[in-house]
Amino acid sequence: MFDGLSKRLGDVLGRLRGRGALSEADVDAALREVRLALLEADVALPVVKEFIDGVRPKAVGTEVIRSVTPGQMVVKIVHDHLVEMLGGEASELDLSAVPPVVVLMVGLQGSGKTTTTAKIAYRLTLGPQGMAAGAFGGSFKERKKVLMASLDVTRPAAQQQLKILGEQAGVATLPIVPFEQPLGITRRALEEGRRGGYDVIMLDTAGRLAIDEQLMAEVAAVRDAAKPTETLLVADAMTGQDAVNTARAFNEKVGVTGIVLTRVDGDARGGAALSMRTVTGRPIKLIGVGEKIDALEQFHPDRIATRILGMGDIVSLVERAAETIEKEEAERLAAKVRKGQFDLEDLLQQLRQLRKMGGLQGLMGMLPGAMQAKAAMQKANLDEKLIKRQEAIILSMTRKERRNPDIIHASRKKRIAAGAGAQVQEINKLLKQHAEMVKMMKRVNKLGEKGLARSLGNMMPPGFPR
Amino acid sequence: MSGEKKSWFTRLKEGLSKSTQRITQGITGLFVKKKLDQKTLDELEEVLIQADLGVAVAGRLVENLRKTRFDKEVTDEEVRGAFADDIAQILAPVAQHLAISPEHKPHVVLVVGVNGSGKTTTIGKMARQFVEEGRKVMIAAGDTFRAAAVEQLKIWGERAGVPVIAKESGADAAGLAFEALQQARAQGADVLLIDTAGRLQNKTGLMEELAKIVRVMRKLDPTAPHSCLLVLDATVGQNAHSQVEVFREMVAIDGLVVTKLDGSAKGGVLVALAERFKVPVVAIGVGEGIDDLRPFDARQFARSLMGLETAA
Ligand SMILES: Nc1nc2c(ncn2[C@@H]2O[C@H](COP(=O)(O)OP(=O)(O)OP(=O)(O)O)[C@@H](O)[C@H]2O)c(=O)[nH]1
Ligand SMILES: Nc1nc2c(ncn2[C@@H]2O[C@H](COP(=O)(O)OP(=O)(O)OP(=O)(O)O)[C@@H](O)[C@H]2O)c(=O)[nH]1
Ligand SMILES: [Mg+2]
Ligand SMILES: [Mg+2]
Repeated sequence: MFDGLSKRLGDVLGRLRGRGALSEADVDAALREVRLALLEADVALPVVKEFIDGVRPKAVGTEVIRSVTPGQMVVKIVHDHLVEMLGGEASELDLSAVPPVVVLMVGLQGSGKTTTTAKIAYRLTLGPQGMAAGAFGGSFKERKKVLMASLDVTRPAAQQQLKILGEQAGVATLPIVPFEQPLGITRRALEEGRRGGYDVIMLDTAGRLAIDEQLMAEVAAVRDAAKPTETLLVADAMTGQDAVNTARAFNEKVGVTGIVLTRVDGDARGGAALSMRTVTGRPIKLIGVGEKIDALEQFHPDRIATRILGMGDIVSLVERAAETIEKEEAERLAAKVRKGQFDLEDLLQQLRQLRKMGGLQGLMGMLPGAMQAKAAMQKANLDEKLIKRQEAIILSMTRKERRNPDIIHASRKKRIAAGAGAQVQEINKLLKQHAEMVKMMKRVNKLGEKGLARSLGNMMPPGFPR
Repeated sequence: MSGEKKSWFTRLKEGLSKSTQRITQGITGLFVKKKLDQKTLDELEEVLIQADLGVAVAGRLVENLRKTRFDKEVTDEEVRGAFADDIAQILAPVAQHLAISPEHKPHVVLVVGVNGSGKTTTIGKMARQFVEEGRKVMIAAGDTFRAAAVEQLKIWGERAGVPVIAKESGADAAGLAFEALQQARAQGADVLLIDTAGRLQNKTGLMEELAKIVRVMRKLDPTAPHSCLLVLDATVGQNAHSQVEVFREMVAIDGLVVTKLDGSAKGGVLVALAERFKVPVVAIGVGEGIDDLRPFDARQFARSLMGLETAA
């Protein structure tokens, strides 16, 4: 099952080897296999559909880079899209409100709420002493005074469980008052939190079914009373298709600010992560990787993406191949810049690169003293549409025209404009920009390395996509 | 008795009907007596996939329907009925009771599963059922790891009116099972239910510990355990395959219990498991109360899964 996707993609796309760009038919064939792989990984069907719709346009027309197969190329595109849908970057707990900050833990029965409550509290209490506390982001860097309270009056010995965990972890728990109801416990916890000068109050709740109206109303009432800064939905990484229903219901009825995925130490593919993230739009903030108190980690979208697809090796292979080629490409361009032979073909390459990488880093990295320039470029806001438009203009030129922009006169301009659906003025503007770039490059070459950085920083003439 | 049967059935249906509302709506929306074409079949397949049946089983069921009814005029009732029949057929052979044999004194039931699946709760419910059948029951608190696991089980023991044999937290689980078996024998118990700590099937160390529990008990009774139940959570997706596969290898699973079927999860993976492993399903959990344990009825499960009324 696990290495199924790469093999299947190989079968489907093998014949395409070395033929260049991915056609629509090839992509569709590949995406049928991707759909299966995602379903096998327990990504919920509506989310699978959304995913496929999102990745298709990214894949169609993509050049297959040298030394990788089309199947591998698709895996890489799919992986990157998956990372994006999973939230791109790791996100952390928000504990910035006026203390005591309330964290409310909710979820289905047995998902891991009580254990996770204690894990988070322990981590917060440790502060900077905690191993790799920095890896958890700022919210874990300071030592916090934490109070835990269990509002679980349903499960036998639930409050006892949290109390024992508190003792093991060295975290305070609210004393248990028999027969007190969740709202009463909440109020007492808030009071004790203020009185005792706590930074954070962790409220553990009883497991409940999303379709249990009464219990959902109960936890909504707790939320209203406690006004939590974070409401974390704790969910099992082994969850199947139902993940969408559960996540949606908890988000609608209680309002979720983040998700904790537990049992990531198991061998489930964890498609539920994508399902829940997609239907709630809420980030996955932490993952549970064991039963012990310190088995809590930050969520890394790329790792889960690799796991859902089950082929990290291919992703890194394509990344390495892409890096080599970008490097070669950048070297080639750098040489051209030095010789002042930067034609429209090169500009096209550069525009594509720009769009792909959100900057000129590829080229810059290769040029001496380019770091400052790079920083300047990063600040510049790229207008994707404008870049695409300029690409379209260059693409409607003939090869000869791109190599010798000087031959582009009135009639050619008209033809190019018509082909790109643009105005002749836009063609003029582009040609002028290119001419200025070439001029600047020549000057840069004369100035030598020192001047380069300065000039590159404002190399893009006004009107050029930034 | 019949009153009680009705009430549990209503509860099961309530749970299942909520869980199948979407399936039902899906299919009802699809059919108002119209031709069964490829597009409709594709949509049906999706409905099944969303119930966790898995791509392979869903595909096969739909293929079956295609063969028999393609291009015919069909109503939603017919289509749902046909699916339910096919599913019931797959499930029928695995719908079995947990048979307690009187030769063994006690009949040892080892309960295993991943974390939080519902082992301890299921033991509490089973203990109650056995007591109601007039058996002498004892429980062993084999989860010596999880915080308050013993306390939790003791409360279940009180509720069921059954003694719980426990040791301090951190004690050796195999040693405890051994002593519990000794005590149960000495007291002439009919059934000994052994709770174990939750463990993920990919943790070899913990799985090895299960094998050890079995080995040690066999020093007293070479035929123990007489039943080994794997408890599955109905929300589980395709990982259930790996759970059954690995646990079965380690401790010869001879029965499944599916819990939390009162929720919105469909537990459809059971259909795939029945096909692949043919392990009996001996009970289902439909709530957190002590009486919320039911026998597994293939036809009812299948029809409820497809959102159909079950003939009384
Ligand atoms: N392997 C593993 N086990 C976990 C993890 N998180 C929790 N558990 C285990 O899962 C089981 C259930 O955890 P609890 O914290 O009691 O779950 P809960 O959500 O509080 O359960 P209820 O209060 O009954 O709804 C326990 O056996 C925990 O040790 C994890 O990340 N990995
Ligand atoms: N709604 C519902 N909840 C259930 C059912 N069975 C168990 N639960 C709940 O699920 C949670 C976990 O149940 P436990 O019996 O503690 O699970 P376990 O497998 O013993 O957990 P560990 O020992 O931590 O691995 C508790 O909150 C139970 O009340 C069921 O059939 N329906
Ligand atoms: Mg709990
Ligand atoms: Mg237990």
